[in-house]
Amino acid sequence: MAPAKKRNVSSVKTAEKSAKKAKVDLSKTVERILESRKHANDVFDILESLQAEQEKEVISAVAACRELFCALLERKELFLGKLPGEEDALSGGYSAEDKYRIFMRHRYTSCVEILLEHLSHEQYDIKESAMCCLMKFAAGEGRHPLEDLDWSEHYSFPRELILALVDNLLSKATDNSLLISRFQEFLEMEDVRYYVMSSIRDNVGKVMEKNKGAVVPVYQNNVFTLMSSISMPNQESELTNFMVKQEGFLNAIRSSATQEHKRVFERMWLGFLKYKLPNSMYKKVLVILHDSILPYMSKPTLMIDFLTAAYEIGGAISLLALNGLFVLIHQHNLDYPDFYKKLYNLLEPSVFHVKYRARFFHLANVFLSSSHLPVYLVAAFAKRLARLALTAPPTALLLVLPFIYNLIRRHPSCRVLIHKPSAEDEPFEDPYLMDEEDPAQCRALESSLWEIKSLQKHYHPDVAKAALLINTPLSEQEDDISETLEVTTYELMEKDLKQPEIKSVPLEFETATRLLKGGGDVLGQHFCLT
Amino acid sequence: MGKAPKKRSLADKVRKTKTSSEIKNNPFEVKINRKKFDVLGRKSKHDVGLPGVSRSKAVNKRKETLLKEYKQKNRCSKFIDRRFGEYDTKMAPEDKILQRFTMERQRVHEKKDVYNLNEEEELTHYGQSLAEMEKFNDVVNSDDESEEKGLLSAELTASHFGGGGGLLRKKALGEEEEGGQRAKSRQELIEELIQKSKQEKRERQVQREEAQELTEKLDQDWKNIQSLMVKKTPKADKQEEKPKLEEYDMMVRELGFEMKAQPSEKMKTPEELAKEEREKLQKLEADRLRRMMGEEVVEGAQSQIHFSADDLNDGFILDKHDKKTLAYQEGSGEDDGHSDLESEQESENEEEEEASPKPKKTLSKEEVKAQQEAAKAELPYTFAAPESYNDLKDMLHGHTSDNQRLIVARTQKSNHPSLAVGNKLKLQKLFGFLLEYIGELATRSPPELSTIDKLIPEVYALCQMFPDAACKAMQSILGDAAHSMEETLEVKGHAAFPTLDMLIYLKVTALLFPTSDFRHPVTTPALLFISQALTKCPVRSLQDLTSGLVLCSLGVEYVSFSKRFLPELINFLVGTLHLAVQDKASLGMTLLYVPPFRASGKYSDLLVLSSSESCRSWSKKSLPLSATHYKTEMFIIVFFHRLTCLSTCLDLVKRCCLLYKDLPSFTHIFKPIRTLLSKHLSTQILPEPLQELSSEIVEAISSTPVTQSALVFDKRKPIPLKLLTPKIVEVLDYGKKRGSTREEREKERLKHKYKREFKGALREIRKDSRFLAREKLNEVMNRDAERKRKVKELMGSLATQEGEWKSLKRKKK
Repeated sequence: MAPAKKRNVSSVKTAEKSAKKAKVDLSKTVERILESRKHANDVFDILESLQAEQEKEVISAVAACRELFCALLERKELFLGKLPGEEDALSGGYSAEDKYRIFMRHRYTSCVEILLEHLSHEQYDIKESAMCCLMKFAAGEGRHPLEDLDWSEHYSFPRELILALVDNLLSKATDNSLLISRFQEFLEMEDVRYYVMSSIRDNVGKVMEKNKGAVVPVYQNNVFTLMSSISMPNQESELTNFMVKQEGFLNAIRSSATQEHKRVFERMWLGFLKYKLPNSMYKKVLVILHDSILPYMSKPTLMIDFLTAAYEIGGAISLLALNGLFVLIHQHNLDYPDFYKKLYNLLEPSVFHVKYRARFFHLANVFLSSSHLPVYLVAAFAKRLARLALTAPPTALLLVLPFIYNLIRRHPSCRVLIHKPSAEDEPFEDPYLMDEEDPAQCRALESSLWEIKSLQKHYHPDVAKAALLINTPLSEQEDDISETLEVTTYELMEKDLKQPEIKSVPLEFETATRLLKGGGDVLGQHFCLT
Repeated sequence: MGKAPKKRSLADKVRKTKTSSEIKNNPFEVKINRKKFDVLGRKSKHDVGLPGVSRSKAVNKRKETLLKEYKQKNRCSKFIDRRFGEYDTKMAPEDKILQRFTMERQRVHEKKDVYNLNEEEELTHYGQSLAEMEKFNDVVNSDDESEEKGLLSAELTASHFGGGGGLLRKKALGEEEEGGQRAKSRQELIEELIQKSKQEKRERQVQREEAQELTEKLDQDWKNIQSLMVKKTPKADKQEEKPKLEEYDMMVRELGFEMKAQPSEKMKTPEELAKEEREKLQKLEADRLRRMMGEEVVEGAQSQIHFSADDLNDGFILDKHDKKTLAYQEGSGEDDGHSDLESEQESENEEEEEASPKPKKTLSKEEVKAQQEAAKAELPYTFAAPESYNDLKDMLHGHTSDNQRLIVARTQKSNHPSLAVGNKLKLQKLFGFLLEYIGELATRSPPELSTIDKLIPEVYALCQMFPDAACKAMQSILGDAAHSMEETLEVKGHAAFPTLDMLIYLKVTALLFPTSDFRHPVTTPALLFISQALTKCPVRSLQDLTSGLVLCSLGVEYVSFSKRFLPELINFLVGTLHLAVQDKASLGMTLLYVPPFRASGKYSDLLVLSSSESCRSWSKKSLPLSATHYKTEMFIIVFFHRLTCLSTCLDLVKRCCLLYKDLPSFTHIFKPIRTLLSKHLSTQILPEPLQELSSEIVEAISSTPVTQSALVFDKRKPIPLKLLTPKIVEVLDYGKKRGSTREEREKERLKHKYKREFKGALREIRKDSRFLAREKLNEVMNRDAERKRKVKELMGSLATQEGEWKSLKRKKK
């Protein structure tokens, strides 16, 4: 083992050495090439090492490329305008100078190609350096356009490079979220963001067309990551950070800079949401929709279709769609028929168990805060929530009980739910119809909230105390449910665990003799020790 | 004017001779204060006055104080108390006394110790040396002391009582005797006298000592001679008797010093004992109920630990195991003399154990004996309390479970808090270590649950000793488990079922703490933990399901007494039943199940029974607790496992039915179960007992009334109407102002008091000045009368002289 190890170590060492040497060599080569055109052919060495196996070598080669081609761009030693073929260049009547430029331009394009390939490399470091290098090139090209400029105020941006970059970034096979988060820093720049957005739209359209609208989870995930990492500017004055500082762009979009931005943003999202999404993606989109998409759209009403479709799906997705719908109803005059009926039907046992419970109840609280709602509707909500409370965990109960009380407080005619003195004497069956979908037909007003009466026997002291409130007329003041929205079980537990001083702990007085004894012997009857 | 005081003083004299009753009965002495109204029940001090008596009292008092002051008005000599700190009010009396004492001592030391014979001073009592007194050996000399006391030499008397005159006389004598010698001063004389008397005293003392020595010698001699003189027999007896007496004395003294036997309670009859026990249990039960209702605990109303009447409070808890040990030592059967020591409770426990249908490993007496003999042979009796968890593990390592229990018990006894100061802390730590050890035992593979079972009584005993520490330890375990579960939930959205050690901890919690309390620092979080586990942990295997069912059973146990509603329990049972439904499609979209269960999925067929033949061979057997973790692949075992799970589930459902029968929403809570059992599960092949069970449940559910009376608020006490009759306030003392704040009233009171005091003082001063004026007048009048008398006398004598002279003159004529 030992010698092998040694050999290994030595080989690693040599590799390191060679890498170092290569780096030195490469930088020397770059210097040489930049020094005189005699060494122009050395550029092949660099391109060769760019495709090498070893990570370090590649990275140093990328650095070398960046140095080299940036310098060349600076010196305008790359051919401008439409690039003739390599053979044509040799045969055509170009001067030696031009030939050199054409040659270098060809090397540049092949270098860019290799770098784009590297964007789907396994090694993150390579990906990252390749991306940075490409962005550097883009910046360089922006400053010294490779296209022929016919008129001076024309604005040129390396669109194709960005498009190619985005294409590769939005891989269909690998999850590029890390790289995308690195890319986010370039998105700070207004022009980059602008062109990236339009490229995304193009790309999405292309890819989804190809897949005929079928779900491509990895790809869509990448797209979503990239899109959600775009943070839109809030005001016009903020449009100052540009990668390419040219008068042209500013002039081109200044008149309606933000409007233009918003339009592109909107088109990008609509283009993305047009296609079928996996369920998890729906949730993700809906979570950020009201906060980071709707405000930046020029016409938020365009989202109505998407949101109504999501609302129809049911379950957690519907819950999430509520938020976006609320924004539309509230700020954009959306008229949604049967909104409350759907909301009523969203109330299922799982409502108390899902992750978005707090958000849902917050919104439901907002929706039901109007005092102009019909009594039957509010009563139906209260009754249904009470019925569902029979299966809810204590944290949800601590939320839903004050919720129901608030409903009754807002609509004093709902008080019959907890106080029906006329029918006191004769007992009757609960007339409420749980399976009825229409709140108008469910006969909730004829019922009473016996469920809360049952919850007075709940095992958790806080819940039992909260349920006891229906024994007396409710106070005028509404309970603030915002504090109880996000209580977790552990927090509830801590209330008991972290009691500062316990006067004296009551103990069990029945002497414990066996493990499985006591407490009615339930465990002992069904299970044994061995 | 001049006569009035004289008269009064005469009256006083007369009055003094009379007794008080005589005065009171004398109508001339009594002045009756007329009352305007006669108020019933009021006692007045002042309805009868004795003006004469009070006046004379006042006069007398003035005479003693004011008059004296007046008379000494212009005198200069005064008595000044020069004792240290006499007029210093700031000094505490003890300080004063101490200071005075030290000053006196200093003064004595500064002076020459002329009067002290001994170098060092002696402690005395009534002038007698304490050291002397302790010897008690001069009883003999009492007679000659009396002699001394009786001795009254002329010189002594003269010197003592003669006063200065005597001394002077003596001085004169000395002058006469010594002639030319210079006259001795009074000081010298006194010194001489004292020296003389001391010398005499010393001589007398020497004499006395000599006499004593002589008598002792005589005694000795007499003893020697006596032995020769008298016959031997009585003397031998006497000599023997003497040591005997000493022994006896010793015994007596010992007994005297021994703790007196306390009067104990009389032996109780079994009936009394039973009654007492029942009362105690009733009290504890009432306490439990009160806590269950969530009422505030009255401080000190409950005794946490029950001590039996015979408890010596040494932590020695006599239970079954110990008893057997005792029985072995005595070499007799179970019913030996100690049976009356054991408390009723234990015997009850025994009965319970005997009555319980569960087959148990019962060792015959001989086996137990043999085991314990072996244990005794190898186990030491005392153990040092373990300082760390590893210590405990080392201590218990390699012992059988019985021995481990013994070790723990002995550790506990040998480190009882009453034995040393730090023991309390040690035992508290031991409790934590034991809990940790239990957890470790449960996580071993295979879990050593029988050892845990054995250790339970020890844990219980320790918990009874230190409720607070036990509470803390249990809380930290629960808190940690819940915290880690919460973290996994945050990351993954679901969590794995708690491991076996956690299940055991939950069970131990139920054993140590009351589960029925409305709010309890340990059991409430434990219940929350159970609920959390039942809601958030998805069932993915039969093992998970078993864990869930264990949790369910625990939940049922927790609420079995208080009958509290545990929704998660029902949810889980419904979900479990749902797993057994073969045809999921028939269920449709009904609200039957609640997370963590899903409508469909990979694990939704866990309990579906496939083969019908094996159903017949199945019979209910308890599942081992370790089934929560160990997988078996054998088909038949898995199949039986399924059936057992199902039967457990059904049994739990049945228990829940009974528990929650009284809830108003009973039908709605159990509706899913009813539908499942009656519509979906009934179509499936189930073993006979399970079918019976399920039909019982369905019957129980459908037999409860579905009708409810509508909710109304609790009847409040009617608010009384506004009454217009005058408010009647009880007036306790008249003349006091009411209706102001307390401070104001206090101020008023003080003002009033000041006014009255002021008036009183004014009156007194007036009376004083009147008295003084009277006295002055008296004085003047006396003086005038004297002068008049003297003038008269002179005039009289002059007149007689004149008369005589005139008559002489006439005679001469």
